[in-house]
Amino acid sequence: MASTANTFRNQPDERGHFGDYGGRYVAETLMPLVLDLEREYRKAQADPEFQREFDDLLEHYVGRPSPLYHAERLTEALGGAQVWFKRDELNHTGAHKINNCIGQILLAIRMGKTRIIAETGAGQHGVATATVCARFGLPCVIYMGAEDVRRQSPNVFRMKLLGAEIVPVTSGRGTLKDAMNEGLRDWVANVEDTFYIIGTAAGPHPYPEMVRDFQSIIGKEARAQMLDRIGRLPNLAVACIGGGSNALGLFHPFLDDREVKLLGVEAAGHGLDGDEHAASLLGGFPGVLHGNKTYLLQDEDGQITEGHSISAGLDYPGIGPEHAWLKDTGRVEYTAVTDEEALEAFQLLCRTEGIIPALEPSHAIAAVAKRAKEMPKDSVILANLCGRGDKDIFTVAEKLGVEM
Amino acid sequence: MTRLTNAFSKSHPALVCFVTAGDGDTAANLDALVEGGADVIELGMPFTDPMADGPAIQAGNIRSLNAGTTTADVLRIARKFRERHPEVPLVLMGYANPMIRRGPDWFANAAKEAGVDGVICVDIPPEEDDALGPQLRDAGISPIRLATPTTDAKRLPQVLEGSSGFLYYVAVAGITGMQQAAIESIEANVSRIKQSTDIPVAVGFGVRTPEQAAEIAEVADGVVVGSALVELVGEHGADAPAKLRELTAGLAKAVHSAAKGAA
Repeated sequence: MASTANTFRNQPDERGHFGDYGGRYVAETLMPLVLDLEREYRKAQADPEFQREFDDLLEHYVGRPSPLYHAERLTEALGGAQVWFKRDELNHTGAHKINNCIGQILLAIRMGKTRIIAETGAGQHGVATATVCARFGLPCVIYMGAEDVRRQSPNVFRMKLLGAEIVPVTSGRGTLKDAMNEGLRDWVANVEDTFYIIGTAAGPHPYPEMVRDFQSIIGKEARAQMLDRIGRLPNLAVACIGGGSNALGLFHPFLDDREVKLLGVEAAGHGLDGDEHAASLLGGFPGVLHGNKTYLLQDEDGQITEGHSISAGLDYPGIGPEHAWLKDTGRVEYTAVTDEEALEAFQLLCRTEGIIPALEPSHAIAAVAKRAKEMPKDSVILANLCGRGDKDIFTVAEKLGVEM
Repeated sequence: MTRLTNAFSKSHPALVCFVTAGDGDTAANLDALVEGGADVIELGMPFTDPMADGPAIQAGNIRSLNAGTTTADVLRIARKFRERHPEVPLVLMGYANPMIRRGPDWFANAAKEAGVDGVICVDIPPEEDDALGPQLRDAGISPIRLATPTTDAKRLPQVLEGSSGFLYYVAVAGITGMQQAAIESIEANVSRIKQSTDIPVAVGFGVRTPEQAAEIAEVADGVVVGSALVELVGEHGADAPAKLRELTAGLAKAVHSAAKGAA
C-alpha cells in the first residue's frame, strides 16, 4: 500500500501549493472569487451528478473515449520502440482543450454565472470555449492578442461563427500573455456575473488542479486502454508542453507507476542557446505571473520576456506550477525540440500514418522519434496527439516555401 | 513616529500621489508632486504585465521599460528622492515578480537602504504573505495591503494582519484609472474598515479631479491619485513637471481643506 508520503498524486496542498510553486498570487479583488471557486469546485467534486454530467458530455458531445492507436508504420520507420498514440486530436473541436472547457462551464453554471470569458493564443482554447458557450447558451468574450488574431484568422472566424465576441488585445506586445492580462482585468471588473475559463493548468489555485483533473481523463483512458490492448503499461509517456495541460492530463494517472518514464517536451524555437524559444522549464527561472509561482521566461529584473515557437500554442512564457514541481522532484524529465525538428516530425507523421498533427504535438513526435531509436523493439512509447493540424497548414506551407 | 505615521497625523487628510519610476524625468516629476503638496509619494515599479492597471498606467509602464529602466534605476530614483526630501514618505508600488526576483531579503534590504517607507505589492495577498511580508517587516518597511469592495467582513482581519502604514482601499472592483465609485459606497466601506483598525485608510482607483478628491477626503484619511498624473507624464514628457505641480496643487488644496476624515 502506498503511503501518502510516497505518492506524486496528492498535490497541491490546501493552500494550492505544489511544493514551492503554485499558490494564489492575485490582486485582493480576485481573492474572494478564487476562494469561492475553490469551495464550489470541492462541492462539485463530491457531487456524483456533476461527474455524471461531465462524463455524459465527454462521451456524447466530445466523442470520448478517444482511441489508442498503434502507429505501426511510424514504429517501423523509426526502427526501435513501439509507438502508440492517444488520439485526442479526434475530439470535437480537434484538440484536448474541450475536456477542460466542458468541466469549467458545468462549474460556471452550477455557480450561477451568466457570462464567460477566456484568453486564447492559437485559438484552440478560444474555439473550445466558444463551443461550450454556444452549447449552453452563455455569452462569451474571448481575449486574443492582436498579433495572434492576424496569424490565426481561421480560428477567429470559427469563434465568431460560434457566437463569441473576439477582443483583439493590443496592450503589451499583443500575444497570449497579454490576452491573459486582459482576461484578468475583465474578471476583476465583472466579479459578480463572470466566470473565467482558463485554458491551461496555470493561474491561481484552484485552476492548476482543476484543469489537471478535467484533463486527467486523457491519462485515465490511456492507462486502461494500454492494459486492455497489450496487458502492460508503456515504458515511456510523452507529451508537448506550452502551459502544460495536455501533458498533465496524460501524466497524472501514471505518476505513481514508477516503471513508466515521463517526458515533457517544450518548444526550443530557434534553439535554447538564444532568446528565441518558449522553454520556461529548461530556459527560465522561478517567479510569479498570472496568479501562480512557477518557472518563467524573464530577465534578471523579473521582467517577462516573450516566448517564441513555430507553434502559437506553445509560446507562453510560463508553465503550469505542477510541472515546475515535477521537474524539481525529478519525476518527469523535460526536454525541448526546435521549430525545425517539429516541422520534420509533422511531415513524418503525415506520410507514415496519414495523420496531420498540430504543430504542438509535432514537438512530442520529434522527441518520440529520437527516443524510439534508442529503445529496444519490445519497449513501448505512449504519446499524446493532443491536436490536429488543420489550423497549422498555412504556417507549415510558409515554412516549406509553398504558396497557397 | 515613522514618516508614514506623520503624514497621516497632520491636521488634514493626506494626498497620496503616484507616478511610474523611469517614465519621463522622474526626479523632476517627484519634486513637482512634493512642491504641489503631496503628503505621500507612491513610486511605481514598472512591470511588463501590470494586470491590475488600466490603460494609463499600463502605458506608463511600457514607456518606462522601453526607456530601459531597471530595478537598480528604480532604487536609485528612490535613494536620490530620499536625499532631497528627508521627510516625505515614499512607497514603492508594483508587482511580485520584479520584487522577489533576487530574493525577498535582497529586495527588502535594498528598499530600506534606498529610504523606502512602505511597499504595496498588488499580487501578494495575505494568503501568500510569506513571499515578501516577513522580510519587509524585518527591514522595518510597512507592507501596505489593499482592501476592495469584495473584501468582506470575514476576510478583513486577515488583510489587516501584518500590514501597517496605511490601508489602501480600492474604491471599485476593477482596474486603475477607470470609473469612480459612488461616494455613498466609499463612505460605507471606509467606515466599516475603520471599525476594525486604527491604521489610516486611503482611497484610490478612479480619482481624477480635485472635486472627486475633496468628496473622498471628507470620509477617508487619504486620497490616492495615479492615472491622471501618469497621463500628464505621457502627454507632456519633459514638460510634465509644471503640469504635475498644477494638478497636484489643485488636488492638495481640495484634500487638505476637507474636514479631517471619518477618523
